[in-house]
Amino acid sequence: MVLSHRLGEWAGKAPVLEEEVALANIALDLLGQARVLLSMAGDEDELAYLREERDFRNLQLVEQPNGDFAHTITRQLYFSTYQRLLYAELAAGDGQFAPLAAKAVKEVAYHQDHAEQWTLRLGDGTAESHRRMREACEALWRYTAEMFHPVEGVDVNWKDLETSWLESVSAVLRRATLDVPEGPRSGAWTAGAGRQGLHTEPFGRMLAEMQHLHRSHPGASW
Amino acid sequence: MATAAEHRTARAQADGTADEAARTAAYEAVFDAAVAADERIEPRDWMPDAYRSTLVRQIAQHAHSEIIGMQPEANWITRAPSLRRKAILMAKVQDEAGHGLYLYSAAETLGTSRDELLDKLHTGRQKYSSIFNYPTLTWADVGAIGWLVDGAAITNQVPLCRCSYGPYARAMVRICKEESFHQRQGYELLLALSRGTPEQHEMAQDAVNRWWWPSLMMFGPPDDESAHSAQSMAWKIKRHSNDELRQRFVDICVPQAESLGLTLPDPELKWNEERGHHDFGAIDWTEFWEVLKGNGPCNEQRIAQRRQAHEEGAWVREAAAAYAGKRAASNGEAR
Repeated sequence: MVLSHRLGEWAGKAPVLEEEVALANIALDLLGQARVLLSMAGDEDELAYLREERDFRNLQLVEQPNGDFAHTITRQLYFSTYQRLLYAELAAGDGQFAPLAAKAVKEVAYHQDHAEQWTLRLGDGTAESHRRMREACEALWRYTAEMFHPVEGVDVNWKDLETSWLESVSAVLRRATLDVPEGPRSGAWTAGAGRQGLHTEPFGRMLAEMQHLHRSHPGASW
Repeated sequence: MATAAEHRTARAQADGTADEAARTAAYEAVFDAAVAADERIEPRDWMPDAYRSTLVRQIAQHAHSEIIGMQPEANWITRAPSLRRKAILMAKVQDEAGHGLYLYSAAETLGTSRDELLDKLHTGRQKYSSIFNYPTLTWADVGAIGWLVDGAAITNQVPLCRCSYGPYARAMVRICKEESFHQRQGYELLLALSRGTPEQHEMAQDAVNRWWWPSLMMFGPPDDESAHSAQSMAWKIKRHSNDELRQRFVDICVPQAESLGLTLPDPELKWNEERGHHDFGAIDWTEFWEVLKGNGPCNEQRIAQRRQAHEEGAWVREAAAAYAGKRAASNGEAR
């Protein structure tokens, strides 16, 4: 839901018309997945609009501001590769998330392909696009380890998932003539923090905007 | 009325005419006959230069309106009050980008390019619908745009599905289907507000008050001041006059407003038994011309955002072109 919101901020601002369509498409897929997940836990709007920042359990990666197109694409590459691997494994199992994962895995495969194609274009495009892409890859690298902190009730092999993720992302980056960042993949603060309701500063501002109208009319239906 | 086969024969004969002036005259006769027979003009057919340029102007303006029109609605995506409404709004803005793409493609069949048209939009040499120079101040504006603005657009565009230029007519068929869907969603959004809390009802009424007159202006100047109308109707690009479509729209909206439980902000609006239509008050044409000249509430902001998106995206487009160039070169070597 958080990443969908971030992608929604691109509407009317994308570098080409085709990307207006693509980014909105991805945002809609993610929102659809979020609505199913939230509905499994309770009332989707109550959970989206009436929780405080400390009660949100999203990854810090997905709440990161859009930045330039390279930052958005990098965030998308890191996250959609993770989603694709995670959903493939969940879809193969018989847990409560298997039906959702089976449907979503097709969508996230498209998202991952889109991010990969742009990573190649930007990494192996011009000197300027290469520089921006390198910066984005490094800037977001520190939020990548938190994806593999075990989530209660989600039965997957997190260690293997992490290994596959590193292999997959590294291969794309190398094809895009980009170095795999060398910095730490988590800090004292970032590792698993989002899952505990500890977020980065931009997130509160995002929620303030997102929840404002709903909270201004308590009990109203829309 | 001639048949399509007769026109094909006439075209073949025109091709065979030796003298250039005579050939042009023959082509023109074929063109006129095709238009008269309600045939579609296709990209490779001969057409008068003025027909071509008026279509480029109109289709480009239509495409630009879809693209600029994303802004007032996108303004509310991050603040949509429920996840369902947010999904609907995102899908709608996405559709608009898609409509822009169809329409730029239709314009390109006339020998222009999307880049050229975007450049004209960014430098103010081509226009977009004046309605998008009004601000979206509350959530209800999203509903008012759907109901009134999309409603007016549909009233304008349904006859374009029978426009004489084939690619434009076909684009309009697809666009009108999606627009009708958006219009119903807008109506439904307003209905939810109108039947909601007193604050929500007031929000809906306020939005309708602000969007009603600008929506009526979407049909363009009155018939006696419309520069392109007569020629466009003769060429069957347009099928009805501005005032005729405006009247049709008012007649459609009055009962809809009633069932919404909202009023339209026009004390002179009333049923005229004799005409079989609703009479309505005078439109403030001074405001219309001011907005058209660039002095509306959001003209500068809309173009500035469009330009900014384009300029800030330049490095992305350059990267894509450079990458495509490298791939093409390495494919060449591989051969």
